[in-house]
Amino acid sequence: MRLMNSKPSRSVRLILNLLPFVLLLIIYTVASDARLLENPSDKLLPSWSSFADAVQRMAFEPSKRTGEYLLWADTGASLERLFFGVGISALIGLVLGVINGMLPLFRATLSPLVTAISLIPPMAILPILFIVFGLGELSKVMLIIIGICPILIRDLQLRTQSLPAEQLLKAQTLGANTWQIMIRVVLPQVLPPLLSAVRLTLGSAWLFLIAGEAIAATEGLGYRIFLIRRYLAMDVILPYVLWIAVLAFLMDTILRLISKRAFPWYHGKGGEE
Amino acid sequence: MTDPFIKNTVEPIIEIKQVWKEYGDHIVLEKLNLNVQAGEFISIVGASGCGKTTLLNMLLGTEDHSRGDVLLDGEPMPKEPNATRGIVFQKYSAFPHLNALENVMLGAEFAKAPFFGKVLGKQRKEIKEKALEMLTAVGLGHAAAKYPSELSGGMQQRLAIAQALIKEPRILLLDEPFGALDPGIRKDMHKLVRELWQKRGLTIFMITHDLSEGFSLGSRVWVLDKPRIDPQQPERYGAQVVYDIALNSAQAIPSTIQTLIEKEATAKDAVQENTHE
Repeated sequence: MRLMNSKPSRSVRLILNLLPFVLLLIIYTVASDARLLENPSDKLLPSWSSFADAVQRMAFEPSKRTGEYLLWADTGASLERLFFGVGISALIGLVLGVINGMLPLFRATLSPLVTAISLIPPMAILPILFIVFGLGELSKVMLIIIGICPILIRDLQLRTQSLPAEQLLKAQTLGANTWQIMIRVVLPQVLPPLLSAVRLTLGSAWLFLIAGEAIAATEGLGYRIFLIRRYLAMDVILPYVLWIAVLAFLMDTILRLISKRAFPWYHGKGGEE
Repeated sequence: MTDPFIKNTVEPIIEIKQVWKEYGDHIVLEKLNLNVQAGEFISIVGASGCGKTTLLNMLLGTEDHSRGDVLLDGEPMPKEPNATRGIVFQKYSAFPHLNALENVMLGAEFAKAPFFGKVLGKQRKEIKEKALEMLTAVGLGHAAAKYPSELSGGMQQRLAIAQALIKEPRILLLDEPFGALDPGIRKDMHKLVRELWQKRGLTIFMITHDLSEGFSLGSRVWVLDKPRIDPQQPERYGAQVVYDIALNSAQAIPSTIQTLIEKEATAKDAVQENTHE
């Protein structure tokens, strides 16, 4: 049988899914053991026990200096910034995207501006954000917004414009005005694409979050990683990175489930995953 | 061109007077002079690209004519679509995010809720009952809770018709409504449309590629074609209504058209035989 036609069974697929992860773990363990055997104080590839110690210290023991449980304090601070940044971006993206996509007069005015802003690398204006918005929360949230908002606006605009013209004409023959068509015909149909656009931009949002925290913050996952980098504390950095990956995965899964539950018509046959 | 209905003293619902449609030098339609009485069922047939859709769009209000007058009840045709003229397209007429019942209710809700576009409470119940009645009338009473993507092509077109009819439009525009359907389902749809037309006293304009469909459904057939062609400059002359045939009168169908219909019918039979093999 041709390779392209051979499909794994359910159980084989599960094994194949897990295989690369298991391999990575084995390779790490072997490499770490080899280095530690040569030099027990090696910091680059810590042993599993030092990871356990580090996690115990960061997550389940109060910090000696502040009395906080650092991992949870960092997670809370980071997630708060991320939620505000992504939430505000999604809201702006939805409103401006639908308006741009539906109303030619607004599109003519706003679309070139959005395109121009989206061409600016957000990291390049990070210093400006710190100068204008200070070193507090606002500048980090603004970095996320400036980073992902133009993408969301443009995606939603395209989604709105790609609604079949027949639908919009039909709605007009049903006596609807522009506003009614916007809220009853267009808005509900671009909500599922908004959720998938948010899922896709979450990666960038994390990037801007960590970058912002690395430069100016007093807590946060990105702040912690960059702080302890000075001590080559890989036993803390690696669990933090893994934790960020888990959080990102959970967010993606939650958004996907919300979309499936809330918009069955979008995920039915002919719809998108 | 003489109109067989002009002797009628009733005001025509649609008047098309010396209408031309041109894009720059490209003339699409020329010298259209047509009157339509309320209650007529007009089939518009003709080759692809001869301006059938342009004519329908002018009636819908999405395209403006270049010269002449298009009148609705003696007033100039509104420049955008509104509830006086319902439409059913070949596809995409139903809203995918609403189930069948909600799709039909939408038109009635628009009228009642200018700001929220959504009606609640007792009013909603009334609208719901009316919409269910309409769905039952088009044979979709059992599928009220289904989304359009769960309906077959024929059922989707039934839904699109019910959706348009809840606004009680006086004019219904059908843009190749059955073009994508199987022959058997087409027949059912023909029956439905004929029934609705007769019961509700609608004025219907239907574009079709299927000549026999045009002739069997319509009370009047417009054949669009270019009577003059300049081979060096094909866009120099536009299409006209070359035949305006009233089917309920004794007027004979021109022999050229008769042969066309017969030819098409035999071709279709041949196709069906082939598919049966």
